[in-house]
Amino acid sequence: MSPSVEALRARFGGALTRAGVVWGETTVIVDRGQLHEIVRWLHDDPSQLYDYLSDVTAVEFRDLEEPIEVVWHLRSLPFRRFLRVKVLLERGTSLEVPSVWDIYKSADWLERECFDMFGIRFAGHPDLRRLLMWEQYAEGYPLRKDFPLRGRFSRSEQLRQALAANPEARYSKEELSIADAFEDLPRDMQRRLESGERTGE
Amino acid sequence: MGLSPRPDPRTVEMTSDEPWITTKLDQFVNWGRKNSLWPMPFGTACCAIEFMATAASKYDIARFGMERQAFSPRQADLLICAGRVPFKLAPVLRRIWQQMPQPKWCISMGACASSGGMFDNYAVVQGIDSIIPVDVYVPGCPPRPEGLIYGIMMLQKKITAERSGDPSLRQELEPDPTTQLYVSPAVIDEISEPFGNSVHQTRSGL
Repeated sequence: MSPSVEALRARFGGALTRAGVVWGETTVIVDRGQLHEIVRWLHDDPSQLYDYLSDVTAVEFRDLEEPIEVVWHLRSLPFRRFLRVKVLLERGTSLEVPSVWDIYKSADWLERECFDMFGIRFAGHPDLRRLLMWEQYAEGYPLRKDFPLRGRFSRSEQLRQALAANPEARYSKEELSIADAFEDLPRDMQRRLESGERTGE
Repeated sequence: MGLSPRPDPRTVEMTSDEPWITTKLDQFVNWGRKNSLWPMPFGTACCAIEFMATAASKYDIARFGMERQAFSPRQADLLICAGRVPFKLAPVLRRIWQQMPQPKWCISMGACASSGGMFDNYAVVQGIDSIIPVDVYVPGCPPRPEGLIYGIMMLQKKITAERSGDPSLRQELEPDPTTQLYVSPAVIDEISEPFGNSVHQTRSGL
């Protein structure tokens, strides 16, 4: 059991619902409401210093009564530790968790991927949009258990929607003046590019 | 022949009293074209590695005239699509094909480019022939370099059989402006149906 568990229990007490060791790796299940505070503490505290976020992902079990778990893999490079932090989202509750982007910048794309594949919203994320599928993808969230392997639409419809997506709609404003696709972008993206804001990509 | 409406040159009717100068010109032009194909390797995945192996010294496609691989489509005449094409890449592939000037040919290398391969899922295009017209399909996962070279030689035979009097050659394919598909949706749905034991490893058939 990682020493962080004791420290977490001492500091946060009730927010830590369960802790266990699986194959030498410590997993800690925490309360959704206090997650941001806990991750902030794990990052900042000099005895913890979990400065590297490896992954943000989600687990959905085949038994649809089980809650969906959102998982953060944290690593402490100074102390050479690994910690898995989980939040259980009960069925019927909203799939929303706080974003840790302000603590770890790598959460930017990791959370976008989690949103794209599972539909979990990260509150406080600066630019939560699809990452692996194209932005106007309308079939749903591919890694959910109720999503069929081949997708919901027919092949010709999928192809039609894919071909309708504009691949140049991701470029910066300088590149877009060549590509001529600026008018095709959604309004808020046009505004962001006009103001020179970078999305962090 | 794939889904392209380009007809088989073997079935094109050629009058027997064609002047010899045209046949000689055809022979000369086709010889020049087939022996100087500049490939554009549109390599996305594992087949690209096999393409690199084919281009390297042991199998060497330079002896077929493919000394210079064009990474700009505007300077290429052969698009070798090596690897799986996800739906997100489909408009890019279409755009690259449209940027290539005529005469142009396409080799679909590997199972994934030809039919979606082992990836019969929500993300992979089930065969690039629904996006661009394909001349030669090379099966394999990945095809051995000998297999790719066989496909290239088959394309060379196809080029030899081209005739300048054939009006259907060198026609740029225009997709339907509303759907962006150049084949009807019913045909795409039908050829994308699973076949063999595409998703169940323990069963044969559908």
